[in-house]
Amino acid sequence: MTAPGAIAPTLSTASGWLLGQAGESFWLPPPDSTLAGAVDPVFYFILWVSVFFFGLITLLMVLFLVRFRRRAGIGPTPSPSHNTPLEVTWSVIPLILVILIFYFGFTGYMDMRVPPREAYEIHVVAQRWQWMFKYPNGHVDENLHVPVDQAVRLIMQSKDVIHSLFIPDFRVKMDVVPGRYTKTWFQAKEPGQHLLLCTEYCGTGHSDMSATVFVHAAGKFEKWLADAGKFMEDLPPAERGELLYRRHGCQGCHSADGTAKTGPSFQGIFGQTHAFTNAPPTQVDENYIRESILEPSAKVRQGYSDKMNSYKGSLNDEEIADLIEFIKSLK
Amino acid sequence: MEKEIAGSMSTSATDNYLTHSRGLKSWLFTLDHKRIGVMYLVSIMTALAVGGFLAMLIRVELAAPGPTIMGNNSLLGSDPAAGKDIYNQIFTLHGAVMIFLFIIPGVPAALGNFVLPVMLGAKDVAFPRLNLVSYYLWVIGAAFFLLVLVSGGLDTGWTLYAPYSTSTDTRVLSAGLGVFILGFSSIFTGLNFIATVHTLRPPGMTWFKMPLFVWALYATAVIQVLATPVLGITVLLLAAELLFKVGIFDPALGGDPVLFQHFFWFYSHPAVYIMILPAMGIISETISVFSRKHIFGYKFIALSSVAIALLGFLVWGHHMFISGQSPLASMIFSALTFSVSIPSAIKVFNWLATMYKGSIQLDTPMCYALSFILLFGIGGLTGLFLGALSVDVILHDTYFVVAHFHYTMMGGTLVAFLAGLHYWWPKITGRMFNNRLGQIAALMVFLSFNLTFFPQFLLGTRGMPRRYFDYSDLSKLDSSFTLLNLHSSVGAFLLGGAMVLTLSYLVHSLFRGRPAPANPWGGNSLEWHCSSPPPHDNFASPPAVGDPYDFTGLEYDPDLGGYVPRRRSVPAPETQPVP
Repeated sequence: MTAPGAIAPTLSTASGWLLGQAGESFWLPPPDSTLAGAVDPVFYFILWVSVFFFGLITLLMVLFLVRFRRRAGIGPTPSPSHNTPLEVTWSVIPLILVILIFYFGFTGYMDMRVPPREAYEIHVVAQRWQWMFKYPNGHVDENLHVPVDQAVRLIMQSKDVIHSLFIPDFRVKMDVVPGRYTKTWFQAKEPGQHLLLCTEYCGTGHSDMSATVFVHAAGKFEKWLADAGKFMEDLPPAERGELLYRRHGCQGCHSADGTAKTGPSFQGIFGQTHAFTNAPPTQVDENYIRESILEPSAKVRQGYSDKMNSYKGSLNDEEIADLIEFIKSLK
Repeated sequence: MEKEIAGSMSTSATDNYLTHSRGLKSWLFTLDHKRIGVMYLVSIMTALAVGGFLAMLIRVELAAPGPTIMGNNSLLGSDPAAGKDIYNQIFTLHGAVMIFLFIIPGVPAALGNFVLPVMLGAKDVAFPRLNLVSYYLWVIGAAFFLLVLVSGGLDTGWTLYAPYSTSTDTRVLSAGLGVFILGFSSIFTGLNFIATVHTLRPPGMTWFKMPLFVWALYATAVIQVLATPVLGITVLLLAAELLFKVGIFDPALGGDPVLFQHFFWFYSHPAVYIMILPAMGIISETISVFSRKHIFGYKFIALSSVAIALLGFLVWGHHMFISGQSPLASMIFSALTFSVSIPSAIKVFNWLATMYKGSIQLDTPMCYALSFILLFGIGGLTGLFLGALSVDVILHDTYFVVAHFHYTMMGGTLVAFLAGLHYWWPKITGRMFNNRLGQIAALMVFLSFNLTFFPQFLLGTRGMPRRYFDYSDLSKLDSSFTLLNLHSSVGAFLLGGAMVLTLSYLVHSLFRGRPAPANPWGGNSLEWHCSSPPPHDNFASPPAVGDPYDFTGLEYDPDLGGYVPRRRSVPAPETQPVP
């Protein structure tokens, strides 16, 4: 699950099965953030404990089945149905093991939950079915860009239902809950690309709600961020509008090619007259589009349901104008 | 005592609960716990078939990345968005049907209803009319689920998480009402069983002389009565928010979505023990009987059921380690979770110790019981991964969790249900099934179950989230996601085939099976002391009570094909016959 170009086959050598050496292992994704140290050793410890006990249970069962299989003329041998020392032993040994597992899991968890003081902050907004990442200079991106070897703190909120941000290679997962901020952090170890997924079921496009994490090499991140912030200014309005359409999650529900999704497609709608469930028929013009972005419930298109969030506060006037130009350009 | 047993065993099978009265009305309005048990059995197995069919659709869809059967045809969604919605409804209904209509009532209401009063030497449960009410509440609840299916579906997942459930267009209210009604069915069954165990035990049967299945049903009933009302309250609060816009869970109305999770899991985690405790009870019975050995550590197994029932109330927060709940709460819930693992582990050791120095006969119920120990063993051990806080962070809401709960719920409860169904089948129907086919089916279930669900552990540790319609994003980077999903789908179809085989030979036995003797397996709990099938009143007078796990007073009679009381002339049972 590394960069599309550089996939090591995950079915690695048999030794990776239980040992879990650094790098690609049989069970876990590559350990590409410092948090892997809080998870992977505990995982392999529990795996060893489990394999031992499962082997023991299977071995005893097979042994008893062979040795004490019913044979003609031979009955069961009387043996006690209670043995205190034995019962205490098989209670205390598992008890010690689970206390150890609890302790390792707990200390690792605290490392994962408490970010270092000097962390770079990125705000994350989740909505059906799109991630948005907001940088300190005001740039908004549909993918997550981070510097290598630096702690990054994500401050996350949801516009609609519960989502969950999951980066398997980084061992990061945290629910994104409407009505409150949740936080998580990580520190990437190598430049590269990783998959970011949604792991809390959020409806139709749940399995499409993914993004790419770009880890930039030392010194390259700042340059990327400065360019990305300026990039928009040099574009014609319709192209800026298209970027906004992607970054603000419009594409999750509105296609640009005529396909019906959760909401109507944008293709060719400008100038058309539409019927609404709660308003008289209206022609699609600049004012109608502006109203639909800021107050989506005012006119609900026939055949669709009132599901859209208002973008009041998250898109400014220039951005709305750019989006209108983009929609006009879709003939 | 033996005279009593011999007397009841010689009762001719001409008058039994099946032939006692005739006609549809005599079944629909029956107050006989055995007939109600049989009606439950038929009903929940129908629900199992429906849930299983939905599972097959899920596995076909996931056999390859991208849309396979949904979203590209007129039957299951003509465009990708519609296909995704249909998939979401199918996995929701699969979960809801399996949990609310099959697993929760499966062992207690169907098998327990039939067996519990007979095991206690009683004529019926304490409140026979309430028992019939429970059954019809189940039917009404199931009807609401059917209504949901035909009237627009449900796409929230069986967990009904808010605010998704308060914002979807699908039928949350009908489903909620169904769950509410099913909850009362479960509460009434629980009340009935508690009263039955307290008041209807025969003279001489003290608490520690009860069969372990009775202990398990008792502990289950306590959870049903104490936890299920919380589910009812949760559904009512959800309805209040949907209908009257009272802000409870939806932050847009001033509510808190994490509160819903607390309410939901406060019921639904104990409900896990409603599902598994009776299953463990069946295993205690079968392992002992088919090993011809007294159950090892009787008191511990009995009390551990109660301990698990009580501790089970204190661990619900382990479903919420990454929900935004405070780290302190997570730490406490993790520690308590591990405390439940100890009594479960010890039960497994006790079952193995019971087999030691036994005389083990691998009849079908025993095959399923051994299969249970291995599958539940994997289910329990993988629970350690999920209980450990840091490891849960990466496994939460992935296929690892899906595999884990299928190993405990299906490898555990369904396999134990099959063990119990085969064990009591001769008693319920009066017919023997084909034991050879039963053993083959049990082996098929075990192998195909592992083929289906073991790959899902790997899918989960490698990062595939659950409830995913399309895993193209993952399989583009790593083709093993496609391969593992394909294995899982092939396994599911073999598993389906094993279930069809099971159904066929069981139905066949109803018509062509050899008439069952009173005690085909050599059990010593009281249900084996009355004829197969039992007479209408079970026992003419309260039977004499002995140790249910002392098999020394029984011997095999080849002419009868079953066990009979050992004749007095035979030497003392402690000394073994010389080979």
